[in-house]
Amino acid sequence: MARIGVFVCHCGENIGATVDCARVAEACRKIPGVAHSVDYKYMCSDPGQTLIREAIAQNKLTGVVVAACSPRMHEPTFRRVCSESGLNPYLCEMANLREHCSWVHEKSDVTTDKAIDLVAMLVEKVKRNKPLHPIKVPVTKTALVLGGGISGIQAALDIANAGHKVILVERDPSIGGHMSQLSETFPTLDCSQCILTPRMVEVAQHPNITLYTYSELESLDGFIGNFKTRIRKKARSLDEKLCTGCGLCTTKCPNKKIPSEFNTGLGMRTAIYVPFPQAVPNKPVIDREHCTYYTKGRCRVCEKVCPTQAIRFDQEDQIVEHEVGAVVVATGFTVKETDFFPEYGYGKYKDVINGLQFERILSASGPTLGEVKRPSDGRVPETVVFIACAGSRDPAKGIEYCSKICCMYTAKHAMLYKHKVHHGQAYVFYMDIRAAGKMYDEFTRRAIEEDHVQYIRGRVSRIYERNGKLIVQGADTLLNAMPVEIEADLVVLATAGVANEGAEALAQKLHVSYDSHKFFVEAHPKLRPVETNTAGVFLAGACQSPKDIPESVGQASGTAAKVAALFSMDELTREPVVAVVNRTAPPLYSTCVGCFLCQSACPYQAIEREEIKNRNGQVVKTIAKVNPGLCQGCGTCVAFCRSKSIDLQGYTHEQVYAEVMELLS
Amino acid sequence: MSEFEPKIVAFVCNWCTYAGADLTGTSRIKYAPNVRIVRFPCTGRIDFMLLLKAFSQGADGIIVSGCHPNDCHYTSGNFHARRRWMAFRNLAEFMGIEVERIQFSWVSAAEGAKWADLVNSTVNRVRELGPYDAYRQMAASSWQ
Amino acid sequence: MKMGYYPGCSISGSSREYGESLLAVLRALDVELAEVEDWNCCGASAAHNLNHTLSLALPARSLALAEQQGFQELLVPCAACFSRLAATRKALMADDAKRRQIADLVELPMKNIPVSINLLQLLQRVLPENLKEKLRAPFDYKVACYYGCLLVRPAEVVEFDREEDPEEMDRIMEKIGAAPLDWAFKTECCGAGFSVPRTDVVGRLCARILDDAVSRGAEAVIVACPMCHSNLDMRRQASESHSGKKYTIPILYVTQAIGLALGLDAKQLGLQRHIVPVRLSAGKSSQILENAPA
Repeated sequence: MARIGVFVCHCGENIGATVDCARVAEACRKIPGVAHSVDYKYMCSDPGQTLIREAIAQNKLTGVVVAACSPRMHEPTFRRVCSESGLNPYLCEMANLREHCSWVHEKSDVTTDKAIDLVAMLVEKVKRNKPLHPIKVPVTKTALVLGGGISGIQAALDIANAGHKVILVERDPSIGGHMSQLSETFPTLDCSQCILTPRMVEVAQHPNITLYTYSELESLDGFIGNFKTRIRKKARSLDEKLCTGCGLCTTKCPNKKIPSEFNTGLGMRTAIYVPFPQAVPNKPVIDREHCTYYTKGRCRVCEKVCPTQAIRFDQEDQIVEHEVGAVVVATGFTVKETDFFPEYGYGKYKDVINGLQFERILSASGPTLGEVKRPSDGRVPETVVFIACAGSRDPAKGIEYCSKICCMYTAKHAMLYKHKVHHGQAYVFYMDIRAAGKMYDEFTRRAIEEDHVQYIRGRVSRIYERNGKLIVQGADTLLNAMPVEIEADLVVLATAGVANEGAEALAQKLHVSYDSHKFFVEAHPKLRPVETNTAGVFLAGACQSPKDIPESVGQASGTAAKVAALFSMDELTREPVVAVVNRTAPPLYSTCVGCFLCQSACPYQAIEREEIKNRNGQVVKTIAKVNPGLCQGCGTCVAFCRSKSIDLQGYTHEQVYAEVMELLS
Repeated sequence: MSEFEPKIVAFVCNWCTYAGADLTGTSRIKYAPNVRIVRFPCTGRIDFMLLLKAFSQGADGIIVSGCHPNDCHYTSGNFHARRRWMAFRNLAEFMGIEVERIQFSWVSAAEGAKWADLVNSTVNRVRELGPYDAYRQMAASSWQ
Repeated sequence: MKMGYYPGCSISGSSREYGESLLAVLRALDVELAEVEDWNCCGASAAHNLNHTLSLALPARSLALAEQQGFQELLVPCAACFSRLAATRKALMADDAKRRQIADLVELPMKNIPVSINLLQLLQRVLPENLKEKLRAPFDYKVACYYGCLLVRPAEVVEFDREEDPEEMDRIMEKIGAAPLDWAFKTECCGAGFSVPRTDVVGRLCARILDDAVSRGAEAVIVACPMCHSNLDMRRQASESHSGKKYTIPILYVTQAIGLALGLDAKQLGLQRHIVPVRLSAGKSSQILENAPA
C-alpha cells in the first residue's frame, strides 16, 4: 500500500494569499494512500526541507508530492531532499500551485479547488512512480576531429594538449584548409602561412594526435562517449613509410598541365603532387583521374625515379576503425565560383575572379609569386574593381545571409593591391561595410583613408569585355543612383561563402541537423553554440556558418573545452527518463511485435533491434530495444507504439492515465 | 442556476508550453481557472487515446500545446504530434466527436500572454458549446 | 487546333512588318493562327504604373475572350504585350478571389486562362530539325541577337533559364545559318517607352547598343520586340547625333531573317518599311543550297 506524503507550501504570500493551503492539506489527507499531509510557509527553506526529511523517516513514506512552485524551479531541490532521506528521488513530484494557480487566478474557493485537483493528480501519479536510477555510460577518451583546417587543427591541438587522444581526419592530401591558401590576414596583415604552418607541424608531431589525410568519414555509429567510426583512407598510391618526401617524382612527372586545386586553377600541378610546399604530411598523392598510367596504362616515371621505391600503383582504399567518445565537426566551407553570376559573364571572363583566387595571386607562394598579374595575359592590372556581396544577401540568388568575412577581406585585398601596385586604382562596390570586430572598422577605414581605395555604395549590374577591358557597370546609391562605369583590368568578386559539397550527406552520417543552406545547426543559437542536437557531436568553424579565423579558432577551443569536460569523467550520468520496451515473464518475453514504427519515429536513432531466442538458441522474434545512452526521453516512440509495448520512464501510460482519471473524477 | 463551468484538460510539453504557462504566472496574467495542466516531456509523447479518455471521464474541452515548428527540444516531436493530430481529427470527426472542443496550439516559453489568451478563448468557446455529455453517454453505452 | 493570335497595337501600326513577316514565315512553316476576336489594348507601359486593377483587367479581357473562343495557347509576338498577358495570367491563376473580381469587372468568365507564349518559344517549337534542308539559302551574316528587357523578364513570370544572358534567339539564328555573336548588350535597355517623350535618352541608350554590336563586327541586329525595333531603327538619327558616328547596320525581326533564308519575298517580309535600309539577302556567298527547292 502506497504511503504518500503531501507537503503544501504557502510560498509566503505567493500561494498562501490566494489558495487556502490548510484546506488543500486537509483535503489531501483524505485521498486514499496519503499517509501524511501538511502545509508550511516555506517548503524550500531549511526548516521546510527538514520537515520533509523527518516526515519521510517517521511515516515511512513511499512517495512525496510537494505542492509549491514550478518543478522547473525546485524539482531538483526536493528530489535531493528525498534522496538524502533514503527515498529514491524519482518518487518525488511537484504540483505547480504558484505559476499555474495562485499567480494566475483570483482568491476564491474555485482556485483552492483547482489547487486540490492539481495535488490529487500528482498523488495518483506518484503512487505509480517507480524508483529510477541515473544511467551510467562509459566514456572512450578519444576525440574524432573531422577537418584539418584551422578550426580542426585548433580543436585537435587543444584536446591533445589536455591529455586526450585525437584522431584528425582531412579529406585533402594535406591539412591546412583555406587558411593555408590565404596571403595575409586581416586586421594585422600577418602572413597566413607563417602563423599556420607551425600549428600544422605541431599536429603532425603531437604524440596524442593520429592524422589521417586524404581520408574521409565512412560512418559514425553509437552515442556520446561510445561512438564507433569507420574512416576511408583513400589510396595515395604510395607507401607513406618509405616515402621521404624528396619530391623527385613530382618534378619528373610528365603530366604537368593539371589545374592546381590549391592555386584555385590559376596554377598547374603534376599528376603526382604535393598540394603546396609546406604540406603536412609532405608526401605526394597520385591523382588517378589524370595520371597517364591510370588513364592510358603506361608511364610509371615516378616509380622509376623514386629512390626508395615507395610508389604503389596497386594500392587500394583502406577502411580503418576507431572507437571515440566525442566528435568535433570542423569541415569548413567553400566559396561560390564566378560562373554563379550570369550578369558577370557566367565565368567566361578570365579576369573576373573570386576572392580566393585573388588570395593566391597576392600570395608569395602563389602562381605569380606574389606579383599582382591578371590571369588572362599576365599584365599588371592598373584598375581593379572589387565587388562585395557577390551572391550574399541576395534572395534572387537564393543566398539571403551575409557571408560575414567578405567586407574585411575585400578591404584587405584592396589594401594589399595598393601596397603592391602603388599607381593602381582600386574600387570597391559595397552594400554596407560590416566591420564589426576588434580593430576591424579601423582596418576598413585605413583602406579608405590611407590607401585611398574608392568605396562606391552600390551594386554592379553588368560586366562585359570591350577592347581588352572589363567594363563594370554599376550605380552609386549615395549619388542618387548615378550610373557608374569603370574600365577595369581585373574584377574580384567577393563571392558568397557556402556549405561544402557533400555537407548534407555528412550531416546525415553524423545525425546532426543542417539548415536550408546545408550549414550545420547548433543545439541552441545563443546558449549552446558549439553543441549539436546529437550529444557528443560538436561544431567548430565555418561548417556552421561563414566565419573568420579568430572566430573559428575561438569556437574550436570552445569545442575542445566541451570535449575535455566530457573526458574528465570516467562515466557519464544521464537522467533515467528514457523509453523502455517491456520484457515480461516467461523470461525474456515482450508484447513488442517488432513493427519498428518506433525506429522510424525516433529522432535519435536510439531504437535497436534485439532478437529473442528460445532455449535452443533459435530466434523467436525480433523486437525493439532502446539504447539508454542515445535515448533523450521525448517519448515520441511511445505514442507511435501500436501494441503499447514501449513506455517512457517517469511518464508511463499508467502514470498519465491515472492523472487524467483523477483529474476528472 | 450558476453558469456552466467547463472542465478543460491541457496536455502540454515541458519545454515550451509548460514554461510558457510558468511565464504567465511570473507575469501575473490572470486567466480562467477551468484548466488543469498535465505535463509531458514533448507533444510527441501524447497518445491521442488520452484525449478520448479525458472526454469519457468528463472533460468538456482539451488543449494540446507544444513548441512551435522547428523549436522542438527533441527536433521533431511537435511535427509528429501535428501529423497525428491531422489524422486523429479526421477519425474523430468520422466518429462523431466534436473536434471543435479540442484546441491544438503552439505556445513557446516566451509566450506567457498567449497561453492566457489560449485558455480564455478555449474556455469561452467550450462554455458556449455546453457540457459534453454526448461523448460520455456514447462511451458509457459502448462499455456495456 | 489553331493557335490563338494576339497581335497587339504595334503590329497593327508602327511595326506592321513584324506581323507581315511573322504570318509569312508561319504560313511557310504550316503553322495556322487565328486572331482573337475583339481583342483590346494590353495596357503596357502605362496601366501598371497607374492602376493595378486596370493593369490586370485590360489583358484579362483579351485573355477571357481567347478562352471563350476556345484557345488554350496564345501567340503574343510583342514583348510588352507578352509580359502583361503572362503576368496577368500568373497573378489571376494564383489568386481565386482576384480572378473572380476581375472576371466580374470584364463581365466574362475566366477558368482556364490561355497560356501566352512569345515568338521565340513558338519558333523553338515549330522550326523543324531539318530546317537547313528547307532553306533557300543560309542567312550567312554575323548577327547580334538583341532580346531587350521584357522578353526575358521578370524571371518569375517569363521563366527563361538564362535571363541575364539568354541564348534562344542565338540558337534560332544558328539554325538558319547565321553566326550569332557573343556581345554585351543582349538585354540592355533601349529606352522603350521614352521613344517619344525623351528621344535624347533613347538615342544615348541605342547608340551604346549599336556601338557594341558594330564594334564586334555584327552585320545585323536581330530583334523580337516592336519597341526594340522602332528605337534602334527609327531613332537612328538620335543615336548618331549622340555618338557622332554613322551606323548603317540594319535591324531585322527574327522572322524577317528566317523569311529571307526561306526565300520569301522582301516585300512579303515588309523590309521596305524600315527606316534604315536593309541591303541583305540570304546566301551572300551565293551558295544556293543544293537540295533547296527551286
